[in-house]
Amino acid sequence: MRIRRSIKDTRGESALFRRRALAGFVLILIGLCVLVGRFQFLQVTRHSEFAIRSTNNSVKPRVIPPARGLIYDRNGVLLADNVPAFRLDVIPDKINDMPALLTELGMVVPLGQDDLDAFRKQLQQSRRFDSVPLKMRLTEDEIDRFAVNRWRFPGVDVVPYLTRRYPLGALFAHVVGYVSRIDADDLDRLDPVRYKGTSHVGRTGIERSYEDVLHGTPGYELDEVNADGRIQQVLETHAPIPGRNLYLSIDARIQKATEAAFDGRPGAAVAIDPRNGQVLAMVSVPTFDPNLFVNGISQADYTGLTNDPAKPLVNRALKGVYPPGSTVKPLLALGGLEYGVRRPGDTVLSTGQFCLPGHGGSNSTGRGGCYRDDTRGGDGTVNMVRAIEKSTNTYFYKLALDLGIDRLSAWMSRFSFGGKTGIDLLGESEGVLPSREWKAKHSKFGWFPGETVIAGIGQGYWAVTPLQLGHAVATLAGHGVPYQPRLVMATKAVAEAQPQPLANPPTGPSLISKASDWDVINEGMRAVITGGTGKGLNDGFPYLIAGKSGTAERFSRTSQAYNTNKNLAYLAARHRAWFEAYTPADDPQIAAAVVLEAGAWGAQDAGPIVRKIFDAWVVFAKGGPPPVDVPLPKPAAPPGNQAAPDEAAPAEDVPANASSSDPASASSSDDGATP
Amino acid sequence: MIETIHARLHRFLRRTLTRPRIDLPLALGLFALATVGLITLYSAGGDNMNLVGGQAGRFVLGGVLLLLISRIPPSTLRSWTPWLYVGSTALLVVVAILGEGRGANRWLNLGVMRFQPSELLKLTMPMMVAWYLHPRQLPPSWKDMAVVGLLIAIPAALIAKQPDLGTALLVTAAGAFALFLSGMAWWRIGLLIGAVGGMIPVGWHFLHQYQRDRVLTLLNPESDPLGNGWHIIQSQIAVGSGGMFGKGWQHSTQSRLDFLPEHTTDFIFAVFSEEFGLIGVIGIMLLYAFIIGRCLWIAMEARDTYSRLLAGAIGMSFFVYVFVNGGMVAGMLPVVGVPMPMISYGGTSAVSLLVGFGVLMSIHANRKMHD
Repeated sequence: MRIRRSIKDTRGESALFRRRALAGFVLILIGLCVLVGRFQFLQVTRHSEFAIRSTNNSVKPRVIPPARGLIYDRNGVLLADNVPAFRLDVIPDKINDMPALLTELGMVVPLGQDDLDAFRKQLQQSRRFDSVPLKMRLTEDEIDRFAVNRWRFPGVDVVPYLTRRYPLGALFAHVVGYVSRIDADDLDRLDPVRYKGTSHVGRTGIERSYEDVLHGTPGYELDEVNADGRIQQVLETHAPIPGRNLYLSIDARIQKATEAAFDGRPGAAVAIDPRNGQVLAMVSVPTFDPNLFVNGISQADYTGLTNDPAKPLVNRALKGVYPPGSTVKPLLALGGLEYGVRRPGDTVLSTGQFCLPGHGGSNSTGRGGCYRDDTRGGDGTVNMVRAIEKSTNTYFYKLALDLGIDRLSAWMSRFSFGGKTGIDLLGESEGVLPSREWKAKHSKFGWFPGETVIAGIGQGYWAVTPLQLGHAVATLAGHGVPYQPRLVMATKAVAEAQPQPLANPPTGPSLISKASDWDVINEGMRAVITGGTGKGLNDGFPYLIAGKSGTAERFSRTSQAYNTNKNLAYLAARHRAWFEAYTPADDPQIAAAVVLEAGAWGAQDAGPIVRKIFDAWVVFAKGGPPPVDVPLPKPAAPPGNQAAPDEAAPAEDVPANASSSDPASASSSDDGATP
Repeated sequence: MIETIHARLHRFLRRTLTRPRIDLPLALGLFALATVGLITLYSAGGDNMNLVGGQAGRFVLGGVLLLLISRIPPSTLRSWTPWLYVGSTALLVVVAILGEGRGANRWLNLGVMRFQPSELLKLTMPMMVAWYLHPRQLPPSWKDMAVVGLLIAIPAALIAKQPDLGTALLVTAAGAFALFLSGMAWWRIGLLIGAVGGMIPVGWHFLHQYQRDRVLTLLNPESDPLGNGWHIIQSQIAVGSGGMFGKGWQHSTQSRLDFLPEHTTDFIFAVFSEEFGLIGVIGIMLLYAFIIGRCLWIAMEARDTYSRLLAGAIGMSFFVYVFVNGGMVAGMLPVVGVPMPMISYGGTSAVSLLVGFGVLMSIHANRKMHD
């Protein structure tokens, strides 16, 4: 029995340690014996077997990277292609003096500073036995010159590979995105076996979010090699499985028309099919050439793009957040009906100014508690339809106040405001949906009633992305049935005959409980086009358009005075111009939201862009008359699928198939329903 | 004032060189090991003198550090211990936040060089456990064992998360050996091992997929011709074809014809086994056993609990390197990044090993007088 003492028993401890150290040493000796036993097993018992395997060892596996899946638009127009190229690879393990090698090699094949920088960086991060690419996309001349001098450079090789090319360049830069060289961060997250031999990985856009689908599975071959490591013959080949091809729901021609409609003015547009959530166009202006990034963008180009004040690299549709302004009014009105706070016939008197109960009077000039209408003197007595048509602020101030901020934000969050729409792209901004919770997180003050009032007209804390608004108006247009926006509608393996559609079921039941509620909002948004801010937008268009403009202020107003400066350039600098619309109003099949960063008025500036999107849609999806002035990309599909403008593409889920018979005829039955 | 510091530093350095306080048998053992290491490396690297030069440079640097540290008395080391432990653990946190590295966040870039803070823990961990147990009643109580468990678990978890299971294993082992040597009751050790064994299925759940693959590959190497399966097969061919007497120096076909991957670093012992055969393996195992035995001898002679536990833990964790690397090369253990000490080519590990032996030399120089 051990006796515990309060002071340390040094002698006892020393003895205890001695016993422990001896025990430990015995255990270690046993461990070393086990190890030696294993070596004995391999080196003596199985020696003859391994000796034979060693002598016959002339087979080396070599990885064959998979071909990346191609990306097409809905009609088979090629958006991302693989083209064969050659690069210069260096195996660091075989180089004794790297700086000298680079100098000498530089005299044979010109090496740019960017090549060298990228190479040195990757050299630090890779193992000495793995080859490191030094220069991508060699020219024929460079290949020839290297071939002649090859004997001087053991450990350096010309390697064929597939590089990515984006035939439509800037048009799909934000949607399709681009691939670029695998870097250290990628190595952390990528499966080393699946990416063996692969030099590029999806960096942005669809290329990134569908990386898993596009990449494929590498194969390998077993090569018989001689003592120098040169391949004598290929013994076995296990072919790689190429990545799946993707079919976007976007129609490249509508996309092109949308981009052209911006005429270079910064902004963004999103068009969605409300019946299934398929994105028909997604544009962010200005844009850039994604091909620059594939083989390592030069420092000069990159600096130019990142320093450009117009920020061409940012996908405004996905990440740009803007105050939505009046575009939220139809949605708010719908909320009023759904919560039973308003009936369609309820009227409000608009006098040009709305004051919170207990604040100011009609003659109040201060800011405290009073809010303006857009029209001096107001719009008179308005009901819901007229309030939407005239964008009467007072009506919505009062409605927001009656709903209260909690119901307002609960309702709006169902349209994905303040959250992600769930589109199949990474990096969505969530924007801001005003709510008590949001404010509690971002401010030390509580919620003020005045903030509810301005939330009713899409001002205050509100911030939405064009995608969120496009998604919201599409959900509205689709009678409240919520679909997540989808860019990729089908995928196809090389071996498959038909593309496999990707299911995109609604995320829940309709947000609208009474069909008559929808009719009221639809009537209001129709009235915007027939008599409100959007007057004239429907002229010459074969279907009924319903819409709503929004003109949000970029800066907070400093006085209650009406601004009398009507100079458009001045207003454009102060305003964000929005327009949201859908068509046909009686059976919505396309919904769109457009923002212009510097537009004077929503309807005047953003409205025509929406109309041009719809025009292109009529031509290309509905088989309407050909357009007059928009030059369009040619579909690069094989013969048999040359979709001429009058042979419309299908509006259904299944993309046009290159090999099948003309798919357009199948869907032409729902065409030509001109009102 | 500056004069005196300067003078003291000068005296310290002069004494370090003129009257080194080292244990000759241990120093000779290490020297023999380093020589074998360089000879093997020359062959494994394809007769590349640059590799040998670089590695020799590291040995020299490590040797100088060894001599310097051997002059620092253990009592001084003990007073620094908590700071060293906290500092190195803090660096782990820094790495976790802004580290860089291939496949894992374990490097810290100092501008001139990059290093792995986890390497420091291999030494500061046993120091800390010894420091904690030093003033306490031994064998340790439940409470002390719990505290030590926490001291080990925090840095080990940070390292495992990098993810660097090999180093996490070494650091944990170093701390656990100190606890073992402190006289933790056998039945408690049994209980602990049982508990750890019971945790394996849970731990499996937390492993990265590639780490699981490594373990599974061990069972069926043919299933993975492009990855670790290939390593395992080729390494076993190298070892097995070496036979009893080996193929002779510079005659490792497996490494020379590039069949054996990582043949200067993690798998260099396969080259050694191929060239020098079972006889060579037994010889080097005896050398390792001698060094570990000498470390434990120094530990037994040590003056106080701190020195004893530290010296013993450093010696015993040396065994873990040998066992894990040897087991990996012989296809007995999964592929984890643990080098063969003093033989594998590589950055910080050679230096940090020699620094650890510097501590042992200091403990030896301050051993207790026989009574």
